[in-house]
Amino acid sequence: MSQLQYYLAVVAGGICAAALGFSLLTPLESGLLLKAFLAVGTLSLLRFVVPLGLWIDGAIAVFGAVALLTTLGVYAPTPAFFWLALVGAWLFSWLFVERLSHALAWRISDSAGLGLLIPVMFGLTILVIWEVVTRAGNVPQVILPPPSMIGARIMASLPTLWADFQQTFLKAVLIGYVLGCGLGFVVAILIDRSPFLKAGLLPLGNFVSALPIVGVAPIMVMWFGFDWPSKAAVVVIMTFFPMLVNTVAGLNASSVIERDLMRTYAAGYWQTLMKLRLPAAGPFIFNALKINSTLALIGAIVAEFFGTPIVGMGFRISTEVGRMNVDMVWAEIAVAAVAGSVFYAGVALIERGVTFWHPSVRGA
Amino acid sequence: MKRVLPIIVVLIAIVLVWYAAAIGMNAQWQSDVYRRANVTDVPFTQFAMDTWNQEKPVLPTAHQVFGELYNSTVLVAPNKPRSLLFHAWVTFSATALGFVMGSLLGIGLAVLIVHNEAMNRSLMPWIVASQTIPILALAPLIVVIGFNIFTGTLGIPTDPARLISKAIISAYLSFFPVAVGMVKGLRSPEAIQLDLMHTYNASANQTFWKLRWPAAVPYLFTSLKVGVAASLVGAIVGEMPTGAVAGLGARLLAGSYYSQTTQIWAALFAASILAALLVIAVGVVEKLVNRSMGARPA
Repeated sequence: MSQLQYYLAVVAGGICAAALGFSLLTPLESGLLLKAFLAVGTLSLLRFVVPLGLWIDGAIAVFGAVALLTTLGVYAPTPAFFWLALVGAWLFSWLFVERLSHALAWRISDSAGLGLLIPVMFGLTILVIWEVVTRAGNVPQVILPPPSMIGARIMASLPTLWADFQQTFLKAVLIGYVLGCGLGFVVAILIDRSPFLKAGLLPLGNFVSALPIVGVAPIMVMWFGFDWPSKAAVVVIMTFFPMLVNTVAGLNASSVIERDLMRTYAAGYWQTLMKLRLPAAGPFIFNALKINSTLALIGAIVAEFFGTPIVGMGFRISTEVGRMNVDMVWAEIAVAAVAGSVFYAGVALIERGVTFWHPSVRGA
Repeated sequence: MKRVLPIIVVLIAIVLVWYAAAIGMNAQWQSDVYRRANVTDVPFTQFAMDTWNQEKPVLPTAHQVFGELYNSTVLVAPNKPRSLLFHAWVTFSATALGFVMGSLLGIGLAVLIVHNEAMNRSLMPWIVASQTIPILALAPLIVVIGFNIFTGTLGIPTDPARLISKAIISAYLSFFPVAVGMVKGLRSPEAIQLDLMHTYNASANQTFWKLRWPAAVPYLFTSLKVGVAASLVGAIVGEMPTGAVAGLGARLLAGSYYSQTTQIWAALFAASILAALLVIAVGVVEKLVNRSMGARPA
């Protein structure tokens, strides 16, 4: 057991013991589950006599989370030992993650499934702390609604969310993304044949990539109207330059010796392009596709701040903020987060299939 | 000269396309103007000149945009709300504050991640995931709610509160490149170099300050350049929703409300110039730091 784990174990057990002591001041029958968790947490101090497996720490952490969530609302002014129990449960989950990652570091071979458990545990810990703190601490809903309330809001307003998703994601983002990336790709292949154009356009492309391009949103809304085409236009402009720059860089990725080999095969320009240079450019192109997947969503949502028909994620967010319906805002953000992550993951998955030969894919 | 010539040619081509497009896009309005004035048989040169000098054109031309830039920077005192310098300063202060906060956060996270395996495994996936979330969507929430918390609960005066709310968005956007770049940089020393530190009986602290940190400096500056550009985007977007009256983003929004196209374009160009200056500034600092660290010029 490392030093950090030692301290974590001592503090977690100690806090549980202290909280158990405080909790004995309340009537015994209230919050039984929480008291049971505190007792178990205190008993874990026995680990210095009998070693405990890391899974037991995990189980204690999960038990603590369940106990905290079910005890919410039992005590009207939240007592101090409740907060101590929260800290204790958090320390147990930290200890578990710490020990699990140590265990994984020693036997790297079967880390695939278990390795995923650590970030999941982290995310769940954050969610539980968020829920417990907002509800037990009576945080005003306007500042931060608890996750359960956001979930309930998502369930209650599925049709609205779906309509917004359709408007913003399926129309503006996807169409703009395909057009912008496709255009960047084609232009890159065209200027690749002319070193002069390449020398002129690449520095500009790099420069434009650093500019705050979302600023064109009001102009596009003025040109293409309030509906989705103006949002798609913003997305096209935002995704074009990363794609252009990356594709040009990728087309230069194949080495001279490989191109010479193609020449000895008497391969023409197109054959060299299709069989050598484009596959070699794959990692660069997918890099741009991944960057663009997040840029596209940002562009579409920001463009909606400048005027939309009365549907769309950005529209909903800006109006519901004005009406202080913060749970609806968070529901939209949750949808956007899921959409963005799935979009990114989809592109990454395709990348694994297409550029299977690349060391970064083979190594993993 | 060989490197500059193609860029100049492309720039000239862009300007030519720009003016040609301005004729096409402003033509409709211009012919309406002629029809109402009962003017017929306008020679093409006259027509083109008129489309290039409209009051509220669909596409303002370069000389109009730069004229507006000149008018609103040189001809107006910089402390007046009509001056673009005033707005640029407001945006810049939010950008700089957010950039500093985001960079420190990113560096801190990277140090934690490099030194603790559990942090690496639990934080890294979420840091990456945080960027697939269109965080700018949160901008109105942070600006409005944050502003209310800062002024209401914490009792901060309005102007700093607005600044902090915008800076939070900037910080969120800029911490990611810095964190990822610094993780890479702090891990860049090779095993043989780390082993050497071992043979010197160097503590973790010494290894960090004498090996890992200097090795990470080039990565740091590369990611700072990306981060400062992202910060500016965050500050501008933070100014767009809900009643900001100062800043380049507010200028864009006001321009779009009143169809002041030239004003929008001027604000956009000002933002671009600011972005370029910020990136150049980071580059200059990088050069100075490299020189003081004794790096050989590449």
